[in-house]
Amino acid sequence: MRKIISIILLAILTIGVVYCLKEIPFGETQSQVRRYYINNGIKHTGATNIVTSVVVNYRGFDTLGEVTVLFLAAIGLSAVLYREGKRQKKEGRRSSLILYTGCRFLFPLILLFGTYIFIHGHLTPGGGFQGGAIIASGFLLTMLGCWKWGGVNKIGFKITESIAGLIFVVVGLLGLLYGGYFLFNYLPKGVPNELFSAGIIPIIYVAIGFKVGSELSGVLDNLIEES
Amino acid sequence: MILEILLVMVMLVAAISAGIFKNLLNAVIAAGFVSFIAAILFFLLHAPDVAMAEASIGAALTVAIFIIALKKTKRYEDDEENN
Repeated sequence: MRKIISIILLAILTIGVVYCLKEIPFGETQSQVRRYYINNGIKHTGATNIVTSVVVNYRGFDTLGEVTVLFLAAIGLSAVLYREGKRQKKEGRRSSLILYTGCRFLFPLILLFGTYIFIHGHLTPGGGFQGGAIIASGFLLTMLGCWKWGGVNKIGFKITESIAGLIFVVVGLLGLLYGGYFLFNYLPKGVPNELFSAGIIPIIYVAIGFKVGSELSGVLDNLIEES
Repeated sequence: MILEILLVMVMLVAAISAGIFKNLLNAVIAAGFVSFIAAILFFLLHAPDVAMAEASIGAALTVAIFIIALKKTKRYEDDEENN
């Protein structure tokens, strides 16, 4: 009986989803705003990567919301996993010399790559979120592979995270002060395709990169310490 | 085109096997494989930004978090099997 009910419910759901998908015209230009972004993006924002100009400039407020969601998720996880008092340090198994050396060799390179991605967010594909995730995967590598690693500096992570979030909000509020709306691009746009161009976009993306990297690394550190 | 069809086929097989596997570690790895192929498909469809996010978050961090969770819980789905 339960199976029949669930099959009927699934059928209704499938019909609904198919009906919705039928309505969406795939591959057709429906919105004018897309054409507008592609034509005017570089002129307005100075960022050659259109995705970045949309994410940080045209839809910058939504990005602030996204960062806040991630922040709240990290806070919630650390609240759930919080335990009174210090837990004793478990003596993990030593990783082999090859793994240890490989981790130590790769960790700065991964960090450099993540930093490159979020610094060049306005020129090449990628940006703060992607660079931060790559940095967090570098920290994950050291947490798994380096047996001498004594855990990350949690206070440092928290401070980095807070300062980066604060920079985002302060830069946005300065836009409110100078231009009349939040995240107004008040710095000079510069020449497109140069590193120091696009006004406030690189500043915000560097802040987001630090924030996402420290948040995701903190989440992983909390989880690994608990296991 | 042929490459994309092939990738989607492999992705489907991986996704279905992620649901079927009794050994949860295998299921997690299959799910990571799905997002890895999704990253390749995003790249082929000219969305490198999304591909980068999918590869680093979906294929690396999510799998790691699932494996850490598995370490704290059981590795097999059924109680009757050896765990």
